Amino acid sequence: MPSKSRRSFIKDAATSILSEKEKIPVVEFIDPSNKTIPRHLAKTSTGISEYTGTFTDAHILHLLRRTMFGVTPEDLAFFKTKSMQEAVNYLLVVPTTPPAPPVNNYSSAQITDPDVPLGQTWVNAPANPQIEFLRRNSFKSWWTGLMLNQERNIREKMTLFWHNHFATESNVIQDSRYLYKHHALLRASCLGNFKTFVREITIDPGMLVYLNGELNIKNAPDENYARELQELFTVGKNLTPHYTEADVKAAARVLTGWKTNRVGISSTFNASLHDTGNKQFSSFYNNTLITGRSGATAGNLELDDLLNMIFAHQEVAKSICREIYRYFIYYIIDENVELNVIEPLATFFRNNNYDIKKLMEKLLKSEHFFDPLNMGCLIKQPMDQLIGSSRLMGLTFPSATNTQQQYGHWQFIQQFGILTGQDLCDPPNVAGWPAFHQDPQYYELWINSDSLPKRNLFNDLMIYVGFNRFGFNLKYNVIAFAERLSDPSNPNTLINDITKLGYPVDISTTSKNAIKTSILLSGQTSDHYWTDAWNTYKNNPSDPIAKNDVEIRLQALLKHFFGLAEYQLS
Amino acid sequence: MNMKRRDFIQKLLATSAAPIVMNGFGVKALAQGPFMNFLSKAAHKDRVLVLIQLSGGNDGINTVIPLDQYSNLMAVRSGVAIQENKVLSLSGTPATGFHPAMGNMRNMYNDGKISIVQSVGYPNPDYSHFRSTDIWLTASDSDEHLKTGWMGRYLDTQFPGFPTDYPNENYPDPPAIQIGYMISPALQGDTHSLGMSISDPTSFYQFVTGTVDPAPSTPAGHELTFVRLVAQQTQEYSAVIKAAAEKASNMSTLYPAAGVNELADQLKIVAQLIAGGLSTQVYMVSLNGFDTHAGQVVSGASDTGVHATLLQKMSDAVHAFQDDIKKLGVSDRVLGMTFSEFGRRIIANASLGTDHGAAAPLFIFGESVSGGIIGNNPTIPNNPTVDDNIPMQYDFRSVYSTVLKNWFGVTDEELESTMLKDFPLLNFVNPTGLTNAINSINAQSVTCYPNPCMDFTHIQFATKGGLIRVRLFDQTGKQLHILSEANYSAGTHEIQINTQHLTAGLYYYQIQMADEQVMKTFVKL
Repeated sequence: MPSKSRRSFIKDAATSILSEKEKIPVVEFIDPSNKTIPRHLAKTSTGISEYTGTFTDAHILHLLRRTMFGVTPEDLAFFKTKSMQEAVNYLLVVPTTPPAPPVNNYSSAQITDPDVPLGQTWVNAPANPQIEFLRRNSFKSWWTGLMLNQERNIREKMTLFWHNHFATESNVIQDSRYLYKHHALLRASCLGNFKTFVREITIDPGMLVYLNGELNIKNAPDENYARELQELFTVGKNLTPHYTEADVKAAARVLTGWKTNRVGISSTFNASLHDTGNKQFSSFYNNTLITGRSGATAGNLELDDLLNMIFAHQEVAKSICREIYRYFIYYIIDENVELNVIEPLATFFRNNNYDIKKLMEKLLKSEHFFDPLNMGCLIKQPMDQLIGSSRLMGLTFPSATNTQQQYGHWQFIQQFGILTGQDLCDPPNVAGWPAFHQDPQYYELWINSDSLPKRNLFNDLMIYVGFNRFGFNLKYNVIAFAERLSDPSNPNTLINDITKLGYPVDISTTSKNAIKTSILLSGQTSDHYWTDAWNTYKNNPSDPIAKNDVEIRLQALLKHFFGLAEYQLS
Repeated sequence: MNMKRRDFIQKLLATSAAPIVMNGFGVKALAQGPFMNFLSKAAHKDRVLVLIQLSGGNDGINTVIPLDQYSNLMAVRSGVAIQENKVLSLSGTPATGFHPAMGNMRNMYNDGKISIVQSVGYPNPDYSHFRSTDIWLTASDSDEHLKTGWMGRYLDTQFPGFPTDYPNENYPDPPAIQIGYMISPALQGDTHSLGMSISDPTSFYQFVTGTVDPAPSTPAGHELTFVRLVAQQTQEYSAVIKAAAEKASNMSTLYPAAGVNELADQLKIVAQLIAGGLSTQVYMVSLNGFDTHAGQVVSGASDTGVHATLLQKMSDAVHAFQDDIKKLGVSDRVLGMTFSEFGRRIIANASLGTDHGAAAPLFIFGESVSGGIIGNNPTIPNNPTVDDNIPMQYDFRSVYSTVLKNWFGVTDEELESTMLKDFPLLNFVNPTGLTNAINSINAQSVTCYPNPCMDFTHIQFATKGGLIRVRLFDQTGKQLHILSEANYSAGTHEIQINTQHLTAGLYYYQIQMADEQVMKTFVKL
């Protein structure tokens, strides 16, 4: 192989990039081989007994992909020293103290918040319709920031799970303080006791507004919450037999009298608005009669009765287990999964008094979770794709010293979520995002002709241009990224490291070689072209030409990496 | 051997692949219409259906108001009902009126551009949004769970084998387009969605190209294949969509400014794409927010509030769209329809709102509707209980079946494979197209059934009246018969032809009046 001068190498690279742009789009796709919904694909009969096999990098990566947003090289290194049990236990320890609350990032020459100075939190301040939407944006940005800065535990992904489960819309609640309070509950209870959780959600002020609980009074019951409590939050729909319409009405009567207090940012019970009559339920609930109460304690007592009745139904645990399964493992629940996973898991959940942490531990340590057939089959939700990409690439955000800059760039990520189909705090309705529940497509709903180009555009933008706002340019530093990998001077290792972190279904050596040759080696066959270029840069990091040599190739490599379908999987 | 219809047609196409010499027919006419495509598709493949989903459950009683029940109405929903003097009257139907926010649709109704079907629902109504939405989108029974959407099943009959090898020369355009970020379950076919979702018709993204590895035979491989398919189809279809969007611009000045009326913004794109020449048959758009449990109306001003705003958006958007497609010259090809997962309870609740209900009216609009009201005003009982609902007069699947049969002209087999059961057809769209033909011959109206035929078939057409000649030609363009040559009055006419003596194959029939002519095909089995 004749060696090539550095100059001609650069020239070739420039030509190839130029011609890339001018090329008429030619799309090559193999004939799709696996199109029907894979109900026929062999699902092993693995169940929820503890996984006892070896704990390889593939297992660590699978565990981290499903419990966090993406995986960084540092995450992988951190968990490499742990056993499977240690790793799961570690991920299930979440901080007990809440993060610092969202702050005023919006005061400017034009807008002031009379109650909250810049940089101070508004979560306990008086409501202010004039700046409500700014606080809401502050909240959404803040939450996105927490995801971007996630610690090595399941909290962020689990909190988002519960946001989808107990879905509310900030557009409807229209009070950012309620929004925060509701969110704080999701976050604090994410691994807590599910029954207690439902109780707190039922009288959470944000939820009382969202599903009209505060309008539900004697003589004029409003069924909205009572219906969703059963259909979506606990026993679930599509059951035979089913709870009845009369059960919805009776539950609504039980829940009459709860009000919100916008000054105290709290909920209260108004006994004079409570329906004190007895409430009769159907045979679905074993013909339970909830005795009507009166006085200040009536609301709490009847609510306890109602939840005791609902939670006595074994469908509650099954319904939650299926939802958790679909969020963390795969959307298809066939007979084997129902029998070997959902049923024993639901029994375990009930026997452990609805302890979510124990449920997650059981699931994440199970042989079923680590079944190779369950790896890579989940399509990332938009926030997973955005946050995971940012974390992988080590995207650097402005520091807290400039709140406006920092929130502004967190908001950019959040708004890309809207563009790709996931508007944080504003799911389409109380059922949450259809991708988590709409049969038969499920996660495939995330990927369509509108969203897929935008998923790719996000990374293209971050690779090549960046996003400039308030004097800060948010952009991937592709060289810094390469330096975090095991041996960036070796093109094979470089590609291997990246695909290993980013693709749950690995691509073939042939494909890797093709990428290496066409991108890193600019069509040459010898690896040393890249190695030389990298070493030249490392020896002269201030030489703009040397830097450009490696940067344009890394950019093209990463564009290709993010652009393959494999990257959409988790 | 019993040959399947599709096989037969494929064979027929194969044998007629040689250039067809068409004596007497202008080459232009041939080039304009992809004649061969008619064969394997419903009779009216150039027709378009625009589905407008009103998400949340539209309050039908406050939309199409039963004025003959007014005292009962006021008794059961006094705070929410529209004041009688504010209800918009409809010409020719004093007993029924429109919500005051719907002035534009009222005018369309009076012009015969809207048909109303009263109290549409299904037996054993489900009051869950999600379940009831699924029922409407999949056209299932109340207690049945279907995995395919009704439009997906229809389009499966028109795009056999989709998505493998699509798009292709004969089927260059997406079967269905949804304006928005997500694809409706209504478009879910047997294995794949037949919908393409777009929010900006002019955007085009160049995906990474190159070789790809075979997908493993695992669930991960299935999802990988899915993502690749979307990438491929997005690439190819967005090119044709972009081209269509570049060919036509909206012509109506009635659209509100962008961002003001989200339904109008969506319909604007639809009009542009239809006029730009896409052969896409189905468009879906939506307007959200109809779940008006609370604050449906403003206290003391029931003609204002959330519901009024939504109805105004619908009315203004539909009106502007109709104006636009008329000016763009494609209104003959377009039928629109609204639907919602359910209506709302008869009795209002204490929150100036209404809870989940059952049947409700829906609107069909376009040049080709029959106009008027199908069905009776719902009856508002004297002393209803809080559980009382509007009972259904028409199954929503009757509405769907009518659209498929009388608008798209599907065969009985296609109708059955789409709707799965028989539902009585309604009379809101003339099977032959325009009721009031504005052209000498209305091209949309020309149809032929059964097609393919055995011993006989019927040719239908609508005209404004005059001397009309109907002729039959064989595949080579040779004239076989003059089927009719006579003065026809304005309206719809039908000619029966005996096809017993024709040999199996493709035939052309031509309807000619003065210098206008319409030519279509049928197949003799």
